[in-house]
Amino acid sequence: MMSSLDSYFQTQETAMKLRGYRQEVLSSNIANGDTPQYKARDFDFSTAFKSALSASQVNAGTLAATDARHLQPQGTTDLFAPQLQYRSEVQPSIDGNTVDMNTEMRDFADNTLRYEASITFMQNRMSTMRTALTSASS
Amino acid sequence: MSLFSTFDISASAMQAQSMRLNTVASNLANAESATSSNGQPYRAKQVVFQATPIGPAGGVGVKVAQVVEDQTPPRLMYDPHNPVADANGYVAMPNVNVVEEMTNMLSASRSYQTNADVMNTAKTLLQRTLQLATA
Repeated sequence: MMSSLDSYFQTQETAMKLRGYRQEVLSSNIANGDTPQYKARDFDFSTAFKSALSASQVNAGTLAATDARHLQPQGTTDLFAPQLQYRSEVQPSIDGNTVDMNTEMRDFADNTLRYEASITFMQNRMSTMRTALTSASS
Repeated sequence: MSLFSTFDISASAMQAQSMRLNTVASNLANAESATSSNGQPYRAKQVVFQATPIGPAGGVGVKVAQVVEDQTPPRLMYDPHNPVADANGYVAMPNVNVVEEMTNMLSASRSYQTNADVMNTAKTLLQRTLQLATA
């Protein structure tokens, strides 16, 4: 039961983790809107989401390391921190900064709404499960 | 949890922007200071931003790498009665460009607002996530 409950929540959990990470990446871009030579970065959500969902059956992920000499299991990548890519610049600025505030704010608002949507879906799933659990006792 | 480092990232940006606002205030206040403690006219100060990694997951914040002084020559003003005037009657005035400083100020305050908004959004999202358990 436990594992099926796990997989029941897994879709939204993965989405929320990745949305949270994307929020961090986008806020980095916004914070560095005035930094010379800063290059805006982002990742493709749908690709990252698909690979995180498909691979999370095999327990992939990095181990916490407190020292540089600690070993990591081979061939694993942190699926919840996907590879970041540089944005192609729309309006190059003279100081080498590639942050386009319009794009960043659009993506930020979009990401916020989708995170909230994931929360709502998660909430519905939880209340569904709760209904199933409590109706038996009454 | 990555949403928490959003706070650190936005806070670093807000700190950097307020430092920039600080130099603008200092420049505007001293736009007419013909002498300073070293006997030279005041020189405009500018902050240099630098991206700096924050948190374990690749977040990037901002820090003020250094505060540089504007090296453009002082503005000369003809005022022979001034005690600091040179032999030709010219007084060296600060190289503060008031128009530049005003645009700098607007840019800094807008960036500050944007980062405050980002922080607020992160707060709302975290609060909603915490409320998940009580749903």
